[in-house]
Amino acid sequence: MGKTRVVVTGLGASTPLGGDVASTWDALLAGKSGSRTLPWDDLDRLPVQFAAQAAVEPADSGVLAKPRMRRMDRCQQFALIAAIEAMKDAGYAHGDTEGLTVDPDRLGVVVSSGIGGLHSALNSYDVFREKGWNRVSPFTVPMLMPNGSAAYVGLEFNATAGIHALVSACSSSAEAIGYGIDMIRAGRADVVIAGGTEACIHPLQMASFGAMRAMSTRNEAPELASRPYDKARDGFVLGEGSAVLILESEEHARARGAKIYAIASGVGYSADGHDMVQPPEDGRGAAKAMQRCLADSGLEPDQIVHINAHGTSTPQGDVAELQGIKKAFGDHAYRLSITATKSMTGHLLGGAGALESLITVLSLREGVIPATVNLENLDDQVDLDIISGEPRKLPEGPAAALNNSFGFGGHNVTLAFERAL
Amino acid sequence: MAEVTTQTILDGLGEIVEEIVGIPAADVTPEKNFIDDLDIDSLSMVEIAVAAQDKFGVEIPDDELKNLRTVQDVVNYVQNLAAKA
Repeated sequence: MGKTRVVVTGLGASTPLGGDVASTWDALLAGKSGSRTLPWDDLDRLPVQFAAQAAVEPADSGVLAKPRMRRMDRCQQFALIAAIEAMKDAGYAHGDTEGLTVDPDRLGVVVSSGIGGLHSALNSYDVFREKGWNRVSPFTVPMLMPNGSAAYVGLEFNATAGIHALVSACSSSAEAIGYGIDMIRAGRADVVIAGGTEACIHPLQMASFGAMRAMSTRNEAPELASRPYDKARDGFVLGEGSAVLILESEEHARARGAKIYAIASGVGYSADGHDMVQPPEDGRGAAKAMQRCLADSGLEPDQIVHINAHGTSTPQGDVAELQGIKKAFGDHAYRLSITATKSMTGHLLGGAGALESLITVLSLREGVIPATVNLENLDDQVDLDIISGEPRKLPEGPAAALNNSFGFGGHNVTLAFERAL
Repeated sequence: MAEVTTQTILDGLGEIVEEIVGIPAADVTPEKNFIDDLDIDSLSMVEIAVAAQDKFGVEIPDDELKNLRTVQDVVNYVQNLAAKA
């Protein structure tokens, strides 16, 4: 018996480009950058003074009431907003809205965060130091725990099949989607709310990544700072927000006549075994993740037409990934249409894999791949087909695409999606 | 300490409850039981007590908190402390 096929039936997002999926997608096709100078005092104490903040503040989303927001970290707020949009999009009832219900015991949640409730942890520590222990919010622990987002989403939809929050730095939410696929294949759920969230644009995090020299320091032109594959790239741009996919067994989705965005064909995991923060130059860990993803999906390399690259805009990482693509695909690597949408969204860390999966799914469904922006002078080491300038149309008919996500610690995750025909 | 009227405490408590758990201040009437009538959980009660301490300038030890079951209980408690102050 073959594996249960898993499909994507709903999408939700709150990103630096828009408060929902539609506005995010429009901005991606328009080539907009979400990177801006931070509206903070004392910016000059930081080496990096910009980031890709969410386009819509959670309080302005109209989704969450203020009392609920008080007990949720910012990353949890984004996760819940995206999950509610995704479940509604999939046709499931939420609150007073009309729609189908899903058996709670067949509904799972896998929502990850690379960091978790950083704002809450630090704010609570300030309260503790200034006012004492009994003024610290009793909700501090749920707000800072990295599984808090998954838990809140699970509570929102009464999901009792299982709630999980895999943590693997910047590949966390790709891993979440992989795990969601596995839950459905293993028969433990019919529907899984899968995705990721992050909200750590905080002075400490800006200082920490700054100390690491990992971020672009193009303070004079933030919108040009994220420029994967460009000769002048100098690091990533920190972003925040959330993206959520509704994964569903094909049988369950077809039985209810659901809209099917794409097939979630499979996942490949690997570890570099090399260094805490740097990939090996030859991208061998990335290659293994892609190869394992193809094997898991049952896809041949030449069926893949497009890769949404991890492409963060760091000098070493971008090139290593392309080396990995060549290792995994051989000559076919030169026929792949590759893009790095972090050039517009910034890097959502634990939310990145889910956001780029969402973009990959939309690229297949809409037949158009957003371009990598700010690519003015291609790095001499890059000889693959990077989409720049204008979005690229995909031919009609069968098409499959990969989304790569890598994380500190040497985590590599590749997800495969196929166009639903 | 300035005189604290029942209405002042009720109004203040209503604001706190509305802010913390979203129940309209108008629903925070003396006979209401926090858990049974207003559906407020134990951690939210801690938040409400802390906010009430700040607002009314009184201390509510944990041992006392569990005895404050209704809105009227809190009004009485705050008034008693204010009278002693």
